[in-house]
Amino acid sequence: MSGARRLKHGRITLALHTLREGEGRALLLLHGLGERSPGAVPAPFDNWSGPIYALDFTGHGESSVSRGGGFTCEMLMADADTALRELGEATVVGRGLGAYVALLLAGARAGQVRGAILCDGIGLAGGGSRPGSPQVVHVPETGPAVPDPFAIAELTRDARPPDYAAAYVHQALEFSGLESPVCVCCVERPEWLDAVAKEPGVRETSLAAAIQLYSGVPG
Amino acid sequence: MSQIPRSESPEIPAPLSPAPAGARRPDRRRDLHVRGLRLAVWEWGDETAPPILFAHGGFDFAGTLDGFAPLLADAGWRVVCWDQRGHGDSEHAELYSWDADMRDMLAVLDSVTVDPVVAMGHSKGGAILTQLIQAVPHRFRCFVNIDGLPSTLPPKDVQDHERTRMLARDLAGWLDHRARAAEAIRKPGTIEELAKRRQRMNPRLSIEWLSYLVTIGARQDEDGWRWKIDPSLRMGGFGPWRQNWALERLASLPVPLLGIIATVSEEMGWHLTAETLLPWLPPGTQLEAPPDTGHFVHIERPHEIADLVLDFIR
Repeated sequence: MSGARRLKHGRITLALHTLREGEGRALLLLHGLGERSPGAVPAPFDNWSGPIYALDFTGHGESSVSRGGGFTCEMLMADADTALRELGEATVVGRGLGAYVALLLAGARAGQVRGAILCDGIGLAGGGSRPGSPQVVHVPETGPAVPDPFAIAELTRDARPPDYAAAYVHQALEFSGLESPVCVCCVERPEWLDAVAKEPGVRETSLAAAIQLYSGVPG
Repeated sequence: MSQIPRSESPEIPAPLSPAPAGARRPDRRRDLHVRGLRLAVWEWGDETAPPILFAHGGFDFAGTLDGFAPLLADAGWRVVCWDQRGHGDSEHAELYSWDADMRDMLAVLDSVTVDPVVAMGHSKGGAILTQLIQAVPHRFRCFVNIDGLPSTLPPKDVQDHERTRMLARDLAGWLDHRARAAEAIRKPGTIEELAKRRQRMNPRLSIEWLSYLVTIGARQDEDGWRWKIDPSLRMGGFGPWRQNWALERLASLPVPLLGIIATVSEEMGWHLTAETLLPWLPPGTQLEAPPDTGHFVHIERPHEIADLVLDFIR
């Protein structure tokens, strides 16, 4: 990696990796559950004309870990927003868990996210559309570890209702000014993603086509 | 039961404001370290007495029970309450969630006993306990929920367009708040100023009582008093959770339930009514709605509520 900026999000220190310097709009990569940022620009993004960054979520990669867990996708959205504030605006690409977070961010910061690209990856489904039977989520006592075992345990059982996910598409469509603020490039189809894919403003396409689409979007 | 490190902190300083009639600081305080996070645990009553696990509400702390818990302790119970993560004298955490609160709650219970206990919770504390009891029913023998049963209010009747705008405001407001979280500190003031500020959310509680709470739940800095609660915490919010999920599961609650609900609507209240709750309650539930009581019913009427509770749990 060519370097990492350290960003504060509450008591967490996040690592924002610069994979490639450049001029123009940034591409921000969000990894999947239990993963970390790639060490180099992944091949599908070689043709992106601007700089490319990748964020390590709380408890992942070079970002700091929590004491006692408490992970939610909304808090990871705030992680990603911390990176977005650093970059000004960006096209956001998410894998798995990162895809869901990219969708949330696209809705919450519609003016700054110039397209969200949702890709297959670990943690795409979460815990389904509704919570399962109540349980106390425990992880083995191993001391601080990366990836944070609480992230793995908690973000594989969080509820992702389809209408909740669709509400973020409505936000993106209403406030981004983009005709297609979200691109779905996934094979796996959890219920939340199925609902998202059916919304106006969402384009189902290949990753290459999505990259090309947002390369041409003015800032 | 996992082995959780604990340390004793026997000295409990006296509050600087005079204690209102009947209020009494806990008999013991200890620290419990749960996965690296220090939780302050407070107890009233004989250590060998049968325990009651009490979960306080959001933005409260164990000291808010100083008027109520002694009544249960004097009747032969050991009341155990802890400052929830980020609240009172417990450490501020990196992350907050109901899953994490449930885990902390179970760790506190593990530090008390392996036998089934009486559970009591107010507001958010009651709501989280409802879930914990459903997760580990063998650890509880009965449950008193004080104005923390799931809301039966229907979603706001607004047009889709307005709903989108409301969500946009909520999301931007929350993210802006998170952006300030790293440097956020609570506003300082005098004891009276903090008491008055809190009275906006607790309008039925007296300034005398709230001033007393300031000297427990706030700390004195060079420039004034500040509430100890983590400034990164924020009321309200958004998320995928639906009240009806909890409501539908209420009927499966596996232990006897005493539900106490407020009858006067106020800012922090859950706006529950007996009429709307009844169809969802498990068979045999005792539901009480004392007239002219707000959300902090156990603080407003400690003797009346203690009598109800003692009669139910005996």
